[in-house]
Amino acid sequence: MMRYLLPLFAFMVLAAFLLVGLTLNPRQVPSPLIDKPAPKFQLNHLHEPDKVMSSDENLGKVWMLNVWASWCVACRDEHPLLVQLAKSGIVPIYGLNYKDERNTALQWLKRYGDPYAISIVDLDGKVGIDYGVYGVPETYVIDKKGIIKHKQIGPVTVDSLEKTILPLIKELQQQT
Amino acid sequence: MAYGLTDVMKVLLLVFLSLLIPLSGWTKEAIPVAEDPVIEKRMLALTMDLRCLVCQNEPISDSRAEFSNDIRREIREQIKANKTDEEIIQFLVDRYGDFILYNPPMKPTTIFLWFGPVALFVIALIALIVHLKRRRVQIEEVTLSHEQLEQAEALLNEEKKGKNV
Repeated sequence: MMRYLLPLFAFMVLAAFLLVGLTLNPRQVPSPLIDKPAPKFQLNHLHEPDKVMSSDENLGKVWMLNVWASWCVACRDEHPLLVQLAKSGIVPIYGLNYKDERNTALQWLKRYGDPYAISIVDLDGKVGIDYGVYGVPETYVIDKKGIIKHKQIGPVTVDSLEKTILPLIKELQQQT
Repeated sequence: MAYGLTDVMKVLLLVFLSLLIPLSGWTKEAIPVAEDPVIEKRMLALTMDLRCLVCQNEPISDSRAEFSNDIRREIREQIKANKTDEEIIQFLVDRYGDFILYNPPMKPTTIFLWFGPVALFVIALIALIVHLKRRRVQIEEVTLSHEQLEQAEALLNEEKKGKNV
Protein backbone atom coordinates (compact mmCIF):
# COMPACT_ATOMS: atom_id res chain seq x y z
CA MET A 1 0.00 0.00 0.00
CA MET A 2 2.79 2.40 1.01
CA ARG A 3 4.37 1.82 -2.39
CA TYR A 4 1.47 3.51 -4.09
CA LEU A 5 0.77 6.17 -1.47
CA LEU A 6 4.29 7.57 -1.43
CA PRO A 7 4.39 8.78 -5.07
CA LEU A 8 0.87 10.14 -4.67
CA PHE A 9 1.95 12.05 -1.58
CA ALA A 10 5.05 13.40 -3.33
CA PHE A 11 2.92 14.50 -6.27
CA MET A 12 0.49 16.28 -3.97
CA VAL A 13 3.30 18.23 -2.28
CA LEU A 14 4.62 19.28 -5.69
CA ALA A 15 1.14 20.24 -6.87
CA ALA A 16 0.60 22.33 -3.74
CA PHE A 17 3.83 24.26 -4.39
CA LEU A 18 2.88 24.88 -8.00
CA LEU A 19 -0.62 25.96 -7.00
CA VAL A 20 0.77 28.56 -4.59
CA GLY A 21 3.16 29.65 -7.34
CA LEU A 22 0.23 30.34 -9.63
CA THR A 23 -1.28 32.83 -7.21
CA LEU A 24 1.94 34.83 -6.82
CA ASN A 25 2.46 37.93 -8.91
CA PRO A 26 5.91 37.93 -10.54
CA ARG A 27 5.66 41.68 -11.07
CA GLN A 28 5.67 42.29 -7.32
CA VAL A 29 9.36 42.27 -6.64
CA PRO A 30 10.03 42.61 -2.91
CA SER A 31 11.86 45.86 -2.31
CA PRO A 32 15.17 45.68 -0.43
CA LEU A 33 14.45 49.20 0.83
CA ILE A 34 11.78 48.13 3.34
CA ASP A 35 12.93 49.03 6.87
CA LYS A 36 15.81 51.04 5.42
CA PRO A 37 16.13 54.84 5.50
CA ALA A 38 14.33 56.50 2.61
CA PRO A 39 16.91 57.77 0.10
CA LYS A 40 17.49 61.48 0.55
CA PHE A 41 16.63 63.93 -2.19
CA GLN A 42 16.61 67.62 -2.98
CA LEU A 43 14.12 68.32 -5.74
CA ASN A 44 12.35 71.30 -7.24
CA HIS A 45 8.65 71.80 -6.70
CA LEU A 46 6.37 71.18 -9.66
CA HIS A 47 4.15 74.20 -9.06
CA GLU A 48 6.89 76.62 -8.03
CA PRO A 49 10.01 75.43 -9.87
CA ASP A 50 12.37 77.75 -7.97
CA LYS A 51 11.47 76.16 -4.62
CA VAL A 52 13.42 73.11 -3.47
CA MET A 53 12.11 70.38 -1.22
CA SER A 54 14.42 68.22 0.85
CA SER A 55 13.35 64.78 2.07
CA ASP A 56 14.52 65.82 5.57
CA GLU A 57 11.62 68.28 5.80
CA ASN A 58 9.30 65.36 6.50
CA LEU A 59 11.23 63.90 9.45
CA GLY A 60 8.95 63.62 12.45
CA LYS A 61 5.79 62.79 10.53
CA VAL A 62 4.38 59.78 8.75
CA TRP A 63 4.02 60.49 5.04
CA MET A 64 3.38 58.86 1.72
CA LEU A 65 5.45 59.30 -1.40
CA ASN A 66 3.48 58.57 -4.54
CA VAL A 67 5.40 58.21 -7.80
CA TRP A 68 3.27 59.36 -10.70
CA ALA A 69 3.40 60.73 -14.21
CA SER A 70 0.91 62.16 -16.67
CA TRP A 71 1.92 59.50 -19.22
CA CYS A 72 1.12 56.73 -16.75
CA VAL A 73 -2.26 55.18 -17.47
CA ALA A 74 -2.55 53.17 -14.24
CA CYS A 75 -1.99 56.39 -12.26
CA ARG A 76 -5.44 57.50 -13.38
CA ASP A 77 -6.96 54.40 -11.73
CA GLU A 78 -5.57 55.13 -8.29
CA HIS A 79 -5.87 58.90 -8.47
CA PRO A 80 -9.46 59.32 -7.19
CA LEU A 81 -8.49 57.23 -4.14
CA LEU A 82 -5.49 59.44 -3.44
CA VAL A 83 -7.63 62.57 -3.76
CA GLN A 84 -10.10 61.08 -1.30
CA LEU A 85 -7.33 60.08 1.10
CA ALA A 86 -5.82 63.57 0.94
CA LYS A 87 -9.21 65.11 1.72
CA SER A 88 -9.58 62.89 4.79
CA GLY A 89 -6.40 64.46 6.16
CA ILE A 90 -5.16 61.17 7.60
CA VAL A 91 -1.75 61.33 6.01
CA PRO A 92 0.06 63.85 3.80
CA ILE A 93 0.83 62.56 0.31
CA TYR A 94 3.83 63.87 -1.56
CA GLY A 95 3.94 63.40 -5.31
CA LEU A 96 7.10 62.47 -7.15
CA ASN A 97 6.45 63.55 -10.72
CA TYR A 98 8.55 60.95 -12.51
CA LYS A 99 10.12 61.68 -15.91
CA ASP A 100 7.35 63.97 -16.97
CA GLU A 101 6.86 67.21 -18.82
CA ARG A 102 5.98 70.13 -16.54
CA ASN A 103 3.04 71.60 -18.45
CA THR A 104 1.34 68.27 -19.12
CA ALA A 105 1.84 67.31 -15.47
CA LEU A 106 0.22 70.54 -14.27
CA GLN A 107 -2.68 70.08 -16.69
CA TRP A 108 -3.11 66.49 -15.52
CA LEU A 109 -3.40 67.61 -11.89
CA LYS A 110 -5.90 70.30 -12.85
CA ARG A 111 -8.00 67.73 -14.65
CA TYR A 112 -7.92 64.84 -12.19
CA GLY A 113 -7.44 66.73 -8.92
CA ASP A 114 -4.33 67.41 -6.87
CA PRO A 115 -3.97 65.26 -3.73
CA TYR A 116 -0.36 66.21 -3.10
CA ALA A 117 0.90 68.35 -0.24
CA ILE A 118 3.83 69.10 -2.53
CA SER A 119 4.64 67.72 -5.94
CA ILE A 120 8.33 67.44 -6.71
CA VAL A 121 9.97 66.89 -10.06
CA ASP A 122 12.26 63.99 -10.91
CA LEU A 123 12.95 64.89 -14.50
CA ASP A 124 15.66 62.35 -15.37
CA GLY A 125 14.46 59.58 -13.03
CA LYS A 126 17.57 59.68 -10.84
CA VAL A 127 15.67 59.79 -7.56
CA GLY A 128 13.43 57.09 -9.05
CA ILE A 129 16.45 54.79 -9.36
CA ASP A 130 17.41 55.56 -5.74
CA TYR A 131 13.93 54.47 -4.66
CA GLY A 132 14.03 51.37 -6.86
CA VAL A 133 11.15 52.56 -9.03
CA TYR A 134 10.55 50.36 -12.04
CA GLY A 135 6.86 50.64 -12.75
CA VAL A 136 4.82 53.75 -12.11
CA PRO A 137 2.68 54.16 -10.03
CA GLU A 138 4.50 53.18 -6.87
CA THR A 139 3.72 54.38 -3.38
CA TYR A 140 5.93 54.41 -0.30
CA VAL A 141 4.89 54.74 3.33
CA ILE A 142 7.64 56.47 5.33
CA ASP A 143 7.65 56.73 9.12
CA LYS A 144 8.64 59.54 11.49
CA LYS A 145 12.29 58.55 11.47
CA GLY A 146 12.40 58.54 7.69
CA ILE A 147 12.33 54.75 7.34
CA ILE A 148 10.46 53.15 4.44
CA LYS A 149 7.83 50.84 5.94
CA HIS A 150 5.84 49.79 2.91
CA LYS A 151 6.05 49.87 -0.85
CA GLN A 152 2.98 49.52 -2.99
CA ILE A 153 3.89 48.49 -6.53
CA GLY A 154 1.22 49.41 -9.03
CA PRO A 155 -1.93 51.37 -8.31
CA VAL A 156 -3.26 51.77 -4.78
CA THR A 157 -6.60 49.96 -4.48
CA VAL A 158 -9.43 50.17 -1.96
CA ASP A 159 -8.37 46.73 -0.78
CA SER A 160 -4.67 47.55 -0.30
CA LEU A 161 -5.58 50.84 1.34
CA GLU A 162 -7.98 49.34 3.88
CA LYS A 163 -6.10 46.13 4.61
CA THR A 164 -2.49 47.25 4.56
CA ILE A 165 -1.74 50.93 4.14
CA LEU A 166 -4.20 52.61 6.52
CA PRO A 167 -3.69 50.21 9.47
CA LEU A 168 0.08 50.58 9.01
CA ILE A 169 -0.15 54.39 8.98
CA LYS A 170 -2.27 54.36 12.15
CA GLU A 171 0.29 52.16 13.86
CA LEU A 172 3.21 54.31 12.72
CA GLN A 173 1.52 57.54 13.81
CA GLN A 174 1.22 56.21 17.34
CA GLN A 175 4.96 55.66 17.57
CA THR A 176 7.00 58.50 18.94
CA MET B 1 46.67 85.95 -65.48
CA ALA B 2 44.17 87.56 -63.18
CA TYR B 3 44.68 84.97 -60.43
CA GLY B 4 48.01 83.85 -59.02
CA LEU B 5 48.72 80.32 -57.85
CA THR B 6 48.28 81.35 -54.21
CA ASP B 7 44.83 82.71 -55.04
CA VAL B 8 43.79 79.39 -56.56
CA MET B 9 45.13 77.59 -53.52
CA LYS B 10 43.28 79.95 -51.25
CA VAL B 11 40.02 79.21 -53.06
CA LEU B 12 40.72 75.49 -52.99
CA LEU B 13 41.54 75.65 -49.31
CA LEU B 14 38.33 77.56 -48.66
CA VAL B 15 36.31 74.98 -50.62
CA PHE B 16 38.04 72.18 -48.76
CA LEU B 17 37.47 73.78 -45.36
CA SER B 18 33.83 74.50 -46.13
CA LEU B 19 33.44 70.81 -46.95
CA LEU B 20 34.60 70.01 -43.44
CA ILE B 21 31.98 72.19 -41.80
CA PRO B 22 29.02 69.80 -42.17
CA LEU B 23 31.36 66.94 -41.30
CA SER B 24 32.32 68.45 -37.95
CA GLY B 25 28.67 69.16 -37.27
CA TRP B 26 27.86 65.55 -37.96
CA THR B 27 30.55 64.14 -35.65
CA LYS B 28 29.38 66.37 -32.83
CA GLU B 29 25.87 65.03 -33.10
CA ALA B 30 27.00 61.44 -33.27
CA ILE B 31 28.96 61.44 -30.01
CA PRO B 32 26.07 60.70 -27.63
CA VAL B 33 24.86 57.85 -29.84
CA ALA B 34 28.19 56.08 -30.34
CA GLU B 35 29.51 56.76 -26.82
CA ASP B 36 32.91 55.63 -25.69
CA PRO B 37 33.43 52.06 -26.99
CA VAL B 38 35.36 51.01 -23.86
CA ILE B 39 32.57 52.19 -21.54
CA GLU B 40 29.96 50.69 -23.85
CA LYS B 41 31.69 47.31 -23.78
CA ARG B 42 31.89 47.24 -19.98
CA MET B 43 28.29 48.42 -19.70
CA LEU B 44 27.13 45.66 -22.07
CA ALA B 45 29.05 42.99 -20.16
CA LEU B 46 27.44 44.15 -16.91
CA THR B 47 23.90 44.46 -18.22
CA MET B 48 23.92 41.03 -19.84
CA ASP B 49 23.58 39.48 -16.39
CA LEU B 50 21.00 41.96 -15.12
CA ARG B 51 17.26 41.41 -15.34
CA CYS B 52 15.01 44.09 -16.74
CA LEU B 53 12.36 44.39 -14.03
CA VAL B 54 9.71 45.59 -16.48
CA CYS B 55 10.20 42.85 -19.07
CA GLN B 56 11.34 40.16 -16.71
CA ASN B 57 12.65 37.58 -19.17
CA GLU B 58 14.98 39.97 -20.90
CA PRO B 59 18.40 41.12 -19.78
CA ILE B 60 18.86 44.88 -19.54
CA SER B 61 21.41 44.75 -22.37
CA ASP B 62 18.74 43.50 -24.83
CA SER B 63 15.79 45.47 -23.57
CA ARG B 64 14.36 48.60 -25.15
CA ALA B 65 12.24 49.42 -22.09
CA GLU B 66 12.50 52.86 -20.57
CA PHE B 67 13.64 51.25 -17.34
CA SER B 68 16.57 49.54 -19.08
CA ASN B 69 17.53 52.78 -20.83
CA ASP B 70 17.73 54.49 -17.45
CA ILE B 71 19.80 51.72 -15.90
CA ARG B 72 22.16 51.70 -18.88
CA ARG B 73 22.59 55.45 -18.58
CA GLU B 74 23.17 55.14 -14.83
CA ILE B 75 25.82 52.43 -15.38
CA ARG B 76 27.57 54.51 -18.05
CA GLU B 77 27.74 57.44 -15.67
CA GLN B 78 29.09 55.28 -12.86
CA ILE B 79 31.74 53.77 -15.13
CA LYS B 80 32.76 57.31 -16.08
CA ALA B 81 32.96 58.09 -12.36
CA ASN B 82 35.51 55.25 -12.04
CA LYS B 83 33.30 52.88 -10.04
CA THR B 84 34.26 49.20 -10.10
CA ASP B 85 31.91 46.55 -11.49
CA GLU B 86 31.26 45.27 -7.95
CA GLU B 87 30.32 48.74 -6.73
CA ILE B 88 27.89 49.22 -9.62
CA ILE B 89 26.25 45.82 -9.05
CA GLN B 90 25.96 46.57 -5.32
CA PHE B 91 24.41 49.95 -6.12
CA LEU B 92 21.69 48.24 -8.16
CA VAL B 93 21.13 45.38 -5.69
CA ASP B 94 20.69 47.94 -2.87
CA ARG B 95 17.85 49.51 -4.84
CA TYR B 96 16.22 46.65 -6.72
CA GLY B 97 17.19 43.60 -4.66
CA ASP B 98 18.79 40.31 -5.73
CA PHE B 99 15.97 39.89 -8.24
CA ILE B 100 17.83 42.14 -10.68
CA LEU B 101 20.65 39.57 -10.84
CA TYR B 102 20.31 36.60 -13.16
CA ASN B 103 22.91 34.81 -11.03
CA PRO B 104 21.47 34.71 -7.52
CA PRO B 105 24.07 35.09 -4.74
CA MET B 106 24.64 32.29 -2.22
CA LYS B 107 22.90 33.23 1.04
CA PRO B 108 20.72 31.46 3.63
CA THR B 109 17.56 32.25 1.64
CA THR B 110 18.95 30.85 -1.61
CA ILE B 111 20.59 27.70 -0.20
CA PHE B 112 17.71 25.53 -1.39
CA LEU B 113 17.93 27.09 -4.82
CA TRP B 114 21.63 26.34 -5.08
CA PHE B 115 21.80 22.93 -3.42
CA GLY B 116 18.20 21.69 -3.71
CA PRO B 117 18.76 19.87 -7.03
CA VAL B 118 22.00 18.28 -5.78
CA ALA B 119 20.28 17.24 -2.53
CA LEU B 120 17.37 15.72 -4.46
CA PHE B 121 19.82 13.85 -6.69
CA VAL B 122 21.71 12.45 -3.67
CA ILE B 123 18.44 11.39 -2.01
CA ALA B 124 17.31 9.68 -5.20
CA LEU B 125 20.69 7.96 -5.53
CA ILE B 126 20.55 6.64 -1.95
CA ALA B 127 16.96 5.44 -2.50
CA LEU B 128 18.08 3.63 -5.65
CA ILE B 129 21.02 1.92 -3.90
CA VAL B 130 18.83 0.84 -0.96
CA HIS B 131 16.21 -0.49 -3.34
CA LEU B 132 18.74 -2.45 -5.40
CA LYS B 133 20.34 -3.97 -2.29
CA ARG B 134 16.98 -5.06 -0.93
CA ARG B 135 16.13 -6.66 -4.24
CA ARG B 136 19.42 -8.58 -4.27
CA VAL B 137 18.61 -9.95 -0.81
CA GLN B 138 15.19 -11.05 -2.07
CA ILE B 139 16.70 -12.80 -5.08
CA GLU B 140 19.24 -14.64 -2.88
CA GLU B 141 16.46 -15.88 -0.63
CA VAL B 142 14.96 -17.72 -3.58
CA THR B 143 18.10 -19.87 -4.09
CA LEU B 144 17.52 -23.31 -2.56
CA SER B 145 19.69 -25.25 -0.17
CA HIS B 146 21.12 -28.70 -1.00
CA GLU B 147 18.45 -30.59 0.98
CA GLN B 148 15.68 -28.58 -0.62
CA LEU B 149 17.04 -29.43 -4.06
CA GLU B 150 17.13 -33.13 -3.24
CA GLN B 151 13.62 -32.93 -1.89
CA ALA B 152 12.43 -31.22 -5.02
CA GLU B 153 14.14 -33.80 -7.17
CA ALA B 154 12.55 -36.61 -5.19
CA LEU B 155 9.14 -35.04 -5.61
CA LEU B 156 9.65 -34.67 -9.35
CA ASN B 157 10.84 -38.28 -9.67
CA GLU B 158 7.80 -39.50 -7.75
CA GLU B 159 5.53 -37.60 -10.10
CA LYS B 160 7.28 -39.11 -13.12
CA LYS B 161 6.84 -42.62 -11.70
CA GLY B 162 3.19 -41.98 -11.01
CA LYS B 163 2.63 -40.78 -14.58
CA ASN B 164 4.42 -43.78 -16.05
CA VAL B 165 2.15 -46.23 -14.23
